[in-house]
Amino acid sequence: MKKILEVNHISKNFHSLKEETIALEDIHFSVSLGEFISIVGPSGCGKSTILSILCGLLKPSCGNTVLLNHYKIAYMPQEDSLLPFRTVLENCLLGLEIEHQLTEENKKYVIYLLETYGLGDFMNQYPNQLSGGMKQRCALIRTLALKPDILLLDEAMSSLDYQSRLLIGEDIYQIIKKEKKTAIMVTHDIGEAISMSDRVIVLTKRPSVVKKIYEIKFEEKKGPIENRKDKNFSFYFDQIWRDLDVKNE
Amino acid sequence: MLKMSKEHILFLKEKKKEKRMIHSFRILIFLTFLFLWELLTRINLLNPFLFSSPSRIVKTTINLFMKNQLLFHIGITLWEVFLSFVLSFFLGLLIAYFLWRYPILSKIVDPYLMILNSLPKVALGPLIIIWMGARIHSIIFMSLTISLFSTIINLYEGFHTVHKNELLLLKSFHASTFQIFFKLILPSNLLTIISTLKINISMSFIGVIMGELLVSKMGLGYLIMYGSQIFQLDLVLTSIVILGTLSYLFFFVLDLLQKRMKKKRN
Repeated sequence: MKKILEVNHISKNFHSLKEETIALEDIHFSVSLGEFISIVGPSGCGKSTILSILCGLLKPSCGNTVLLNHYKIAYMPQEDSLLPFRTVLENCLLGLEIEHQLTEENKKYVIYLLETYGLGDFMNQYPNQLSGGMKQRCALIRTLALKPDILLLDEAMSSLDYQSRLLIGEDIYQIIKKEKKTAIMVTHDIGEAISMSDRVIVLTKRPSVVKKIYEIKFEEKKGPIENRKDKNFSFYFDQIWRDLDVKNE
Repeated sequence: MLKMSKEHILFLKEKKKEKRMIHSFRILIFLTFLFLWELLTRINLLNPFLFSSPSRIVKTTINLFMKNQLLFHIGITLWEVFLSFVLSFFLGLLIAYFLWRYPILSKIVDPYLMILNSLPKVALGPLIIIWMGARIHSIIFMSLTISLFSTIINLYEGFHTVHKNELLLLKSFHASTFQIFFKLILPSNLLTIISTLKINISMSFIGVIMGELLVSKMGLGYLIMYGSQIFQLDLVLTSIVILGTLSYLFFFVLDLLQKRMKKKRN
């Protein structure tokens, strides 16, 4: 498969008056076109820091990231982060507005996305009138509006209850596959990572390095909810659980 | 519409009754107050010369109106309040913006803001008159010193309570600081702004009346000062009643705006 992103041995240190923290020590992986990758690791290991570096919000202390052929990256933050004073449509246009790309054509594309994914009737309503699932979808469309090739999902569903998380995870997965996007998702939920991804990258605790990369193989890849029923699912789950080495301290 | 249960109808009735009771008690208190005031001065239990009375206040108001004085003095005071209200808001907004934009600046000036905010600005009155003369400028300046610092501090604090995730989102779009301010910070703080305006309007009234008491030859503050000097307490109390009504009116409008905005947001 065609490689579109390389992460070359990046490290990241954070500084405070008291101390210097090494968040990432050596992170190295690559991403191919159309892949769905998850990054899991113990809490506080710097998973989100990787995404911040990938979308240019932070500079790595060492190493670099290479985005091949001018592919575009867009970020989807924790929780839906919809602005309450903007309508659904206005929220979805926010990125275009800021990047000065609010053309008629792009606006039509956003409206097309909203209509395709069941938000057509809610375009002119405010986010507080939407259900949790609709909000997530709206947040996803806001990211898709920029026509990115790679989506960065930062614990996108972590604020939801378990049942919604399953349903919305399925929803987001299907939309990303249908729009033929590449995705990198950070999550603390092992099951979520296995059921949605082609590969799962497991990090150690701080200072983090890549401990293992799992190629996820199911009998037949259907969707996250169905994948959970596959006989290989619990095998991967056990392996990753062991890798994470979580202890009750 | 759905059919309501008996219990729900009863509940709604109770709520309505409560609302009516609140309103009637409010009116009752107001009328009782007026009635007692009038009565006590009529039977000379209160000296009408010192305490005036509702009927004397009405008479004085009509008198002032006939002599073309009423609207003139009200106009002057309102104009001054308007000027200092608008000035302190926009100046406060501008300064709060710069403090938000340059965190180092805000760290440097923080103790000075605190000192200026806590200083009882009325103490500056005599100085201001000497520096600026007995003119409208001094009144506006007096009022500015009273309302500006709380405006800055309130707005600045509001600007800092924006959620982290939303900030991250805008930054991921490569938003400039200017864009972040106008697309996120300012609109998220609409309610803070209105509550700041509410405080501001009261502060502006305080500042303007203070200024008028000290230097002016016109305006409601002047009427109060003049009335007390010639021992015409009818005039003093009339001015105070008008002043109270006016400031309540402005406050009421802003309060309505705030409630409507809150409703829209939820």
